[in-house]
Amino acid sequence: MKKKALWMLLTLFAMMVLVVAGCSSNDEANSEGDSDSQDTADSAEESSGGSDTFVFGRGADSEQLDPSKVTDGESIYVTNQIYDTLVRYEQEGTEVKPALASDWKTSEDGLKWTFQLRDDVKFHDGTDFTAEDVVFNFERWTEGAEYVYYGYMFGASEEDPGGIIEKVEATGDYEVTFTLSEPNAPFLNTLAMPPFGIASPDAIKKHGEDYFKNPVGTGPFVFEEWKQDDSITLSKNEDYFGETAKVDKVIFRVIPDNGARFMELQAGSIDAMNGMNPQDIQQAEEDDALQIIRRPSMNVSYMAMNTDKEGPLQDKKVRQAINLAIDKEKLLTLFEGIGKPAKNPMPPSLWGYNDEIEDYGYDVEKAKSLLAEAGYGDGMSLTLYTMSNPRPYLPQPKFAAQAIQEMLKEVNIEVEIVENEWDSHLSATENGEHDMAFLGWTGDNGDPDNFLYVLLDKDNAKKGSAGNIAFYKNDELHDILKKAQTELDQDKRSSLYKEAQEIIHEDAPWFPIAHTTPPLAVKKEVKNYIPHPTGSEPFNYLELN
Amino acid sequence: MLNYIIRRLVSLVPVVIGVSILAFSLMHLVPGDPARSILGEKATETQLEMLREELNLNDPLIVQYGNFMGKIATGDLGESIKSKESVAAEIGGRLPATIELTLFAMTIAVVVGVLAGVIAAVKQYSWFDNLSMSGALFGVSMPIFWLGLMMIWLFSVELNWLPPSGRLSNDIELTTVTNLYLLDSILTLNGEAFVDALKHLLMPGLALATIPMAIIARMTRSSMLEVMKQDYIRTANAKGLAGRLVVFQHALKNASLPVLTVIGLQFGFLLGGAVLTETIFSWPGVGRYVVDAILSRDYPVVQSTILIIAVIFVLVNLITDILYTLFDPRIKLD
Amino acid sequence: MEDLAAEAKADQMDSALKQKKNSSLWLDSLSRVVKSKTSLIGLIIISLLIIIAAFAPQIATHSPTDQSIINRYQAPSAEHWLGTDELGRDIFSRLVHGSRITIQIGVITVGISMIVGVFLGAVAGYFGRWVDQIIMRLIDIMMAFPSILLAIALVAVLGKSLTNAMIAVGIVGVPHFARIVRSTVLSVKETEYIEASRVIGAKNGRILFSHVLPNCLAPIIVQATLTIGTAILDAAGLSFLGLGAQPPLPEWGAMLSDGRSALQTAPWVVMFPGFAILLVVLGFNLLGDGLRDALDPRLKQ
Repeated sequence: MKKKALWMLLTLFAMMVLVVAGCSSNDEANSEGDSDSQDTADSAEESSGGSDTFVFGRGADSEQLDPSKVTDGESIYVTNQIYDTLVRYEQEGTEVKPALASDWKTSEDGLKWTFQLRDDVKFHDGTDFTAEDVVFNFERWTEGAEYVYYGYMFGASEEDPGGIIEKVEATGDYEVTFTLSEPNAPFLNTLAMPPFGIASPDAIKKHGEDYFKNPVGTGPFVFEEWKQDDSITLSKNEDYFGETAKVDKVIFRVIPDNGARFMELQAGSIDAMNGMNPQDIQQAEEDDALQIIRRPSMNVSYMAMNTDKEGPLQDKKVRQAINLAIDKEKLLTLFEGIGKPAKNPMPPSLWGYNDEIEDYGYDVEKAKSLLAEAGYGDGMSLTLYTMSNPRPYLPQPKFAAQAIQEMLKEVNIEVEIVENEWDSHLSATENGEHDMAFLGWTGDNGDPDNFLYVLLDKDNAKKGSAGNIAFYKNDELHDILKKAQTELDQDKRSSLYKEAQEIIHEDAPWFPIAHTTPPLAVKKEVKNYIPHPTGSEPFNYLELN
Repeated sequence: MLNYIIRRLVSLVPVVIGVSILAFSLMHLVPGDPARSILGEKATETQLEMLREELNLNDPLIVQYGNFMGKIATGDLGESIKSKESVAAEIGGRLPATIELTLFAMTIAVVVGVLAGVIAAVKQYSWFDNLSMSGALFGVSMPIFWLGLMMIWLFSVELNWLPPSGRLSNDIELTTVTNLYLLDSILTLNGEAFVDALKHLLMPGLALATIPMAIIARMTRSSMLEVMKQDYIRTANAKGLAGRLVVFQHALKNASLPVLTVIGLQFGFLLGGAVLTETIFSWPGVGRYVVDAILSRDYPVVQSTILIIAVIFVLVNLITDILYTLFDPRIKLD
Repeated sequence: MEDLAAEAKADQMDSALKQKKNSSLWLDSLSRVVKSKTSLIGLIIISLLIIIAAFAPQIATHSPTDQSIINRYQAPSAEHWLGTDELGRDIFSRLVHGSRITIQIGVITVGISMIVGVFLGAVAGYFGRWVDQIIMRLIDIMMAFPSILLAIALVAVLGKSLTNAMIAVGIVGVPHFARIVRSTVLSVKETEYIEASRVIGAKNGRILFSHVLPNCLAPIIVQATLTIGTAILDAAGLSFLGLGAQPPLPEWGAMLSDGRSALQTAPWVVMFPGFAILLVVLGFNLLGDGLRDALDPRLKQ
């Protein structure tokens, strides 16, 4: 098939050249310079840098290698190798297990947390890891707005820089005690997030402003070199207190275009990659040298409907009609098998997921009659805001937008697609400029609160900084979500969240799209690549044969 | 001569100031919030406001422009909002890649273009003339982003001859001197690296060279023809000097003027073309960098990079002018 | 060197102008365009483009926007002559309908460049002194940017859309027109009959528009034809970067860009739109060359 296309093109080309030249010579195109490059394929096979180096290809460079200051997944991917947190997630889930802290206990009222630390850990710069270092790191994170995750997870602000953490004290050489201002059910899980990796105070003081490019942690890999927009090289930490890495070196290579990155993988110059074009998955599956590894899903993509803006979307019936008018199954064929349809705003892998809810289903007639009831039988026109770049939960937003545009035409809804760069898309939707908008969320700590409260509570529907971009405000829901936040019993919380999902389903502020399992393409000789639901994983378990 | 150069340099000052104002105001007219673009979807309004304050984004525009120019005057290009890295360092890291690509493309364009033009002129109406000139017509009409993709498809996907992206393979060790990899590999006598770097350069270089090559070929041919019709060439011919010698000594020398002009102009085109070429071939250069910066509203990066590109561009034009006068003493320095 | 080249051109123009007094010369030129083999091919390509655009609904075999997601990425076949794209739309039909957008891009962008450029160039050349200084410095500043970079920055300010991309590309093309017109005006305004009409007491505006500008027509036409090609390329480049036409418009650059993710599995999605762009630009360039040779042989590069 491809041969045919090539043929057609060459023929067309040759014909044109001939016609223009008005003479009868044959093709001469492309003959120069390539004659001695025939053997590239073979040499490329070996170019992954020897068997002890693991080369990971990705679409963008890290912004900073100081995890406390970044939100981009590409930075976290690398810092996850360099730093350890007090506790860490299981290899395959979000249950926590010991890491820098070997043991912990909490007081009756849930306000005091005491951690016993390991006494055999050294930072990469050779300094010892002690309780004072933990205190130093936590205090540093309260120093300004640039420590984004600290503020976001612990509710810190300018007036209250510590947030819910009132005090962090070294109560021994290897013992740290946290005092909270209110009980917080997800606290321990939150501490396992990669942004709370403990850095060497010595290195922070030594490098100052430049610390972000000279990271020093305790993790399985030591930072070596960073060539901007090109590569980051790490080497194995021989003295690692945990599982010592099986590979000597890890190189993160930036190849922006998804297709080009996949070609590099096929040619063998990288060992693994993320951010595949869905179109290339089949190609990878057919390739004997490659395997597809799917990251377990802890995300949701959705189309939010702005309930705040004057217009048809304020009417519940219209929102339900839109849910009925889009053929979700057909839409998901565009995901080429990397997503399952979503019916709830949180992924089924989390506790508290309500599987009893039945999705609206595809029913154009019912949608039409609902629209007629609402008085919009003659149609309307709406904007659909979308981001221009792929997200892990929405691999090709532009295609999905066009498919929805076409489907809604059936029920007389004229859709205008407004495409923006990622950050402009965020500010536009937070300001509520849209009628409908694509967005998604990847879970941070495996708690339902991290989906439902953040994305749909009225507290988060403030113009200008909304996480709830449907601007959906329901007092009943708010009460339930608030109650679930301070309740420490998981069973009770679970039933509260199930109830919340029913309310959301009925009010239909969203058209939930999918929970994706973002694919990684990896060479077959890479063993033990276990992807973590939060989006990145340490590479110390990897083996290359 | 020196007077002329100084006068020209002085006359560049208002242009450069104008460019800086244009670059500055363009970027501040772009809708959107740089603070948001740095902190992402998970930041609170308080955090955003604190960052805006920290970056002086709340100052009046005129104050911000004053700060920007004041720093430039002391050689400080500012700091990228996004990466916190100094803009000078970031540009410094990427400029060699762009320079290497541009020079390589220009070399292909000039060598192939001039050669094809000369042969086509000498053998006017031959099959070579027809073929190369129709090829050149296609060349000037080429959407290079498409040509780049087609080359990747043919040489990387179908034939697997050339790498689709990057400058050097991971396993190649290369001691960098100038950071122009091809040059470095020659300087350090590293054959393996030379071949590898060349393979990486070939496709982007050819794609970028296409349009200038075509224009130079056409220009060379027509200037050559023009000169060859002139009396003194006919005289030289009549005197019985060997045909080829005549052509190369007289004609080429006289035809070089307009060709030089075109080459100078095409340098500017290459700087622009690098934007698309670098995007397609994942080339870690300045073109891609500045486009990303424009789209993510990284003010300091855009202002400084555009300023630098414009200065390079203007200087190349100036150098062409000076060369022009050197080549042709008939032109008054005015 | 820009100045030198412009002056050289002005010299040529001056003499060219003297020949061009009667309308038979235009007819003459036209016949020369048709006689030249290459420009004839150009003319044919452009005529075909116009015919296809005019009869797009009749020529297209499918609707340009109808999707059939199940049939996405189909190879060329009897049903879909050039295959289908990422949403199962017929590529041939999208190309046919896209020809209208291409013509629109060519005409509007060059229209903008021409109107603004001619106006600025004429005013600068005719009034001279500080007016000239200000306008030409402005032009210098614009020319200090590589054009595509300036266009990208302009679209970033104006917002992404086909209209804004056309405006941006149009603005970027202004300097060329302004310079050509200015140098022509400079040489024309000293001629005797302009002097004469000034003596009679004609107003500046009248002299400029009814005596000076008509004499610049030939170079303007040539420049316009040659610029259309570049403008189409630049606009397609912007769409390729996602800054131009928005979905579901079947703009060729955008089609090509959307097909990029399937370069390995469905190369035809990228292949045909690009080829269409190449062909049309070639057509305009061929015609432009022919026109230049015909209208003013001495203008030949």
